[in-house]
Amino acid sequence: MRYDLIRLPLLKPLLRSRWPQLLFQIIALGGFVLAILAGLVGTPVGNHNFSIVFVWIAWWALLMLIAVPLVGRGWCSICPIPVPGEWLQRGAVLKPSGRGPSAGSGRGLSWGRRWPNRLRNIWLQNGAFALVALFSAVVLTQPRVTGIMLAAFLFIAVGTSLIFERRAFCRYLCPVGGFIGLYSQLAPVEVRVKDPALCVAHTPKTCYLGSDDGYGCPWQVFPGRLMKNTYCGMCGECLRTCPYDNVTVNLRPFGADLQHPTGRRLDEAFKAFILLGSVLAYSAVMLGPWGALKSAAYAVGTAAWLGYALTFLSLIFGLLPGLFWIAVRAGQVFARSNTPTRQTFIAFAYALIPLGLAAWIAFSLAFVFANLSYLWPALSDPFGWGWNLFGTTSMAWTPYLTRVIPALQTLALLGGLMWASATVHQIAGEQSPSVGHASGLSQSLPVILFCLLVTLALLGLLVG
Amino acid sequence: MISPHVLPSTLHARLALALAALAVAFFPAPTSLAAPTDRHIHLEASRFAYVPAVIAVSPGDRVTIEFEAADVVHGLYLDGYRLNLIAEPGQTARLTFVADRPGTFRFRCSVTCGPLHPFMIGKLSVGPNWLLYRAIGLSFLSVIAGLPLIKRQALRDTP
Repeated sequence: MRYDLIRLPLLKPLLRSRWPQLLFQIIALGGFVLAILAGLVGTPVGNHNFSIVFVWIAWWALLMLIAVPLVGRGWCSICPIPVPGEWLQRGAVLKPSGRGPSAGSGRGLSWGRRWPNRLRNIWLQNGAFALVALFSAVVLTQPRVTGIMLAAFLFIAVGTSLIFERRAFCRYLCPVGGFIGLYSQLAPVEVRVKDPALCVAHTPKTCYLGSDDGYGCPWQVFPGRLMKNTYCGMCGECLRTCPYDNVTVNLRPFGADLQHPTGRRLDEAFKAFILLGSVLAYSAVMLGPWGALKSAAYAVGTAAWLGYALTFLSLIFGLLPGLFWIAVRAGQVFARSNTPTRQTFIAFAYALIPLGLAAWIAFSLAFVFANLSYLWPALSDPFGWGWNLFGTTSMAWTPYLTRVIPALQTLALLGGLMWASATVHQIAGEQSPSVGHASGLSQSLPVILFCLLVTLALLGLLVG
Repeated sequence: MISPHVLPSTLHARLALALAALAVAFFPAPTSLAAPTDRHIHLEASRFAYVPAVIAVSPGDRVTIEFEAADVVHGLYLDGYRLNLIAEPGQTARLTFVADRPGTFRFRCSVTCGPLHPFMIGKLSVGPNWLLYRAIGLSFLSVIAGLPLIKRQALRDTP
């Protein structure tokens, strides 16, 4: 069931035009540069510094509570991090110079090397996310560290654009990109072709190679074979370069990508464990009452921090995947399934995607609304230098919605568990279509038990 | 071919599940039989932690918090009750209130006290945490919710 959003008046010209996207990118880039500057030269007090408040409260709220659940990678289409590198790579800010069929491949400052085949996966993104998560207690509270980190993202993105073709940084390195990509499979919006056969027959593949009307897919995706949102940056280039108007934006049921049994991979499965483990750890460290745990996570380099780091890494790379593997194996034994365990493990890990997103939403609700009121003074005084640009500097800290947040967190977690359980049943059906539903149920139950235990742990941490 | 018994049995299962969910979610929590008492709690705040970090009282208790900051100025904002208390180092601040809202509430530092200030959090339980108990019950029901679907499909596949 799909609804073609391009049919809506104004949407097609809005999406095909480069100006709205460029406008949002420039606004986002301005905010991003301000966040870097505030982090580097502003007050060291985190909750009075624009870099911390804007990035980790305002942007995070926008991303986790609205953008990812509703538009998936929509943020990536206006993300400022790859923009300067992309401008340099293309030698243009707005559109191709219009010099024949290869115009869309760009004629700017880039060696245009291919990303190495061995690294064409998201393991580097997984590692990058785990690294940032490991230092999160410092990154989220020290403006200078946030500023340095954001600047590093920008420099790495520019450097990657100058060496490699297209958006290699977004596709293979960006720690946030991997996060958004995995959960974008749940979003009710997708960019897809109307008739794949038309794409197969069409030469040259302007959507991939580019044309006078637009650039070849920056995300290195051939839209004709696009089945999932994971690696589609929703930049709209294929809408511009398709001469047949064969590309569209659909409204679809939530989680439609999870219905596709193809294209499931171990690196993406591990991304699900890393994200689930991280949200469990964050809930304990940042929202729990344990001062010693907070201090350990913050005191980088000390023995306490090393203990925290080892526990955290063991949780995301060992304990969670290990318990999950046991659950999957038990299900196989109960169902007498002959499918290779690795394949079943990878497939079932995709059921953790709705559970993980729900967990992040529940975590973010508490974190964001307790601290959102720091935004108003930070907007008036981004550097903490005593400015009062909008007259909001003296607005007092007030946590919002504290009476209803626990109920909303509970609803989010229960919704995630229900969705995860339904996905487990569906995947069990795919895994053993011939063994019958009783066996499918036997195979599902241990995995559902795993999801239930994770949910109970999150409930204990967040509303307990 | 769909069995004539499939639809009613599935519907009955779903109805029973919905009723069970409603009961778990909205059944009135038992009121506390314990007589309200005066509770005096000495709470010390230092470097991103409260001691004790978890406080339990009974509904209706008259609670007096003696709040002491050991290092720098700290605050105590109690979610749900919207009470705020600030303590200067070496001085004790006091607040008395009646714990008339049952549930579990976070209290958090309301004065910027250092880098981990936004995460300086403690917990006040006023009676049992019925939200958590209900959530646990609903978690099990959420899992069971998938089963009627399986049953329906199984019966549908039956020749």
